[in-house]
Amino acid sequence: MRQYILKRLLLMIPTLLGVAVLVFVALRVAPGDVVELKYAGTGTYAPKEALDRERAQLGLDKPLWHQFISWMWGIVRFDFGTSMWTGRPVVHEIAIRLELSLQLALMATIVAILLSIPLGTLAALKQDTWVDYSVRVFSIAGLAMPSFWLGILIILGFLIIFQWLPPLTFTSFWVDPKANLAQLTWPALAVGYRYSAVATRMTRSAVLEVLREDYIRTARAKGLWEKVVLVRHALKNAMLPVITVIGLEFAFLVGGLVVTEQVFNLNGIGKLFVESIAQRDYIMVQTLVLLISFVFIFVNFTVDLFNAWLDPRIRYQ
Amino acid sequence: MAKEITLITENFLVSHMRGWLGVSLRFARERPLGAAGAVIILVMIAAALLADVITPHDPLETDYAAMLQGPSSGHWFGTDSFGRDVLSRIIYGSRTALWVGFSSSLLGATVGAVIGLVSAYFGGRTDLIVQRFMDLLLSFPLIVLALVVVAVLGIGTSNVILAITIPMIPRCALVVRSSALSLRQAPFVDAARALGFSHRRIIFRHMLPNVMAPYLIMLTAFLGQAILLEASLSFLGLGVTEPTAAWGLMLRGAAVEFAERAPWMAIFPGIAISLSVFAFNLLGDSLRDALDPKLRVS
Repeated sequence: MRQYILKRLLLMIPTLLGVAVLVFVALRVAPGDVVELKYAGTGTYAPKEALDRERAQLGLDKPLWHQFISWMWGIVRFDFGTSMWTGRPVVHEIAIRLELSLQLALMATIVAILLSIPLGTLAALKQDTWVDYSVRVFSIAGLAMPSFWLGILIILGFLIIFQWLPPLTFTSFWVDPKANLAQLTWPALAVGYRYSAVATRMTRSAVLEVLREDYIRTARAKGLWEKVVLVRHALKNAMLPVITVIGLEFAFLVGGLVVTEQVFNLNGIGKLFVESIAQRDYIMVQTLVLLISFVFIFVNFTVDLFNAWLDPRIRYQ
Repeated sequence: MAKEITLITENFLVSHMRGWLGVSLRFARERPLGAAGAVIILVMIAAALLADVITPHDPLETDYAAMLQGPSSGHWFGTDSFGRDVLSRIIYGSRTALWVGFSSSLLGATVGAVIGLVSAYFGGRTDLIVQRFMDLLLSFPLIVLALVVVAVLGIGTSNVILAITIPMIPRCALVVRSSALSLRQAPFVDAARALGFSHRRIIFRHMLPNVMAPYLIMLTAFLGQAILLEASLSFLGLGVTEPTAAWGLMLRGAAVEFAERAPWMAIFPGIAISLSVFAFNLLGDSLRDALDPKLRVS
C-alpha cells in the first residue's frame, strides 16, 4: 500500500510538468503581452525602446526555453515569482483569494451533500412513483440552470423582496462569522444546488443497486427494523460512488467557480484567473493553472485512497 | 398473467411498427421524459430555422425611444437597454446556441472517438502516449481549459466552438477507448486483420460501428454541456460577441445592472438556456438508458 501511494505521488510530477509546458506554450502563442496591455491602458504613446526595456525587466526578452527553465527552477525552490501586472509575489495574491474560494467550495459541497443524499435515497425507495419523478426533475433542472443565472435571480429576489443586497466586500470567517456567512451562503446555495444534481442521481442508482443485494434480504428476513436495514446496511454500502462524485466535484469547485464569482462579485481564484488571462500576466496564469490542476489531481488521488480505506475489497497494486 | 399478455401484445405491436416512426413512437411511450425533451428540442430547432419569419422585430434593431420597456403586446418579453426586442433576440439566440452546441459536440465527440479507437486498436506505446496526453487535458476543470483556449485564439463564435470542443475530446476518447479495448480481441477484427485490410479500414469500417452506443451517449451528454459552456463564456464576455444574439451575452452587463428596473432582461434568456439544456439532458438520459442496457438500473 505504501508503495502504491508513493508511486501515485511520484506520477503526479510528470503530469504537472506536462500541464506546465502546455500552459507555458499556450500563453506564449496567444497574441499580445503584458507590457503592451499595460501601455494600452494608459492611453499614452510609448516608444518601442521603453516597451523593450520593460520586457527586459520582466525577462520576456530571453529565449523561451530560458524563461521556462528559470520559472521551473523557481518552483523547485518554492519561489513562484511575482505577478507581471502588480509586481507583488503571486503567492501573496493567490493566498488572499484562496481563503474565499476554499470556503465557498466547502460550503457548496456541504449544500450538495445535504441535498443529494436524502433526496437520492428517497427517490430510490419510492422508485417509479411521483416522488422519484419529482426528485429526478428537480436534479436535472439543477444541472440545466446556469449557476450564474440562479445567482442573478437570488440577488434580484433579495432586491425586490427585502430591498437588501448581500454585502460586497469579503469579511473573513475568523473576523466576523456572521457577515461572512451572510455573504457566502447565497453563492454556496446557487452552486451547491447545481452540484447536488450529479450526486443525487448517483445516490439514487447506488441505493437501488444495494437494495437488491442478498444481505439486504437477509437483514430484512431476520426481522430488522427497516430503518436499521436502510441506514446501517444499505446506505453505508451505497456511499462509495457518492463519495467519489462529491470529492471530484469539490476538486472542480476550487478552480471552476469563475462565473459564479463574477455574478456575486466575489474576489476569488476564478476571478483572478480571468483577469490575469485578460492582462496576459503569464506568471500568474501559469501558477494558477498549476495550482488548480494540482488540487484536481490530488483530490482524485485522495478519493481513491479513501475508497480503499472504506472498502477493504478494493486493493491497489 | 395480465402483465404477460400486455407484454405479448406490445411485442406484437413493436414488430409491426418498423421504421423511424415506429421506433420514435415506442421511445416516446417507454420514456415519456425523454420524449418531452425531444419535443422541446424540435421546437427550438424549428424556431431557429424559422427565425426570420416568426420574430416580431429585427433582433439587432435599436430603438432608443423604447429602452427597458416591460412586456407588452408589442414586445412580449420587453426590451433591453438598447431598445432591442428581447423575444426576437431569444429566438435568434437559439441559432447561436444550437450552432455552437451541435458543431462543438459533434466535433468533440467525433475527434474523441477516433482518438479513443486508434489508441485502443494500436495499443502498446501509442496507447500509453495518447492516454498520458488525454490525462493531461483532463487535469483541468472544463471551463479553465476552455478559458485557456479562448486566451490563445481570441473571442468570437468560431473560436468559442473550438474552446468548447477541445475539453470534450479527452472525455469522449476515454469512454470510447474503454469499450473499444474489448473489440480489439473480437474475432471479426482478427478476421479483418487476417484478410490484410488496412488499419484505417479496420478502424473505421469494423470497429467504429461497434462503438456507436457510447459515441451517441457522449454526444447527447455534450450537447447540453456545450450550450451551457457557451452561455457561461459569453456571459464572461469571452465568447460570442455583440451584436450577435446569444443567451449568455444577453445576461451580461445591462441585465445585471438594471435587474431591478428591468427584470425581464435577466429572466427570459435564463429560462431559454435552462429549458434547452434541460431538454438535451432529458433526451440524453433516456437515450443512454435505451442504448446501454448495462447502465440501466433495474
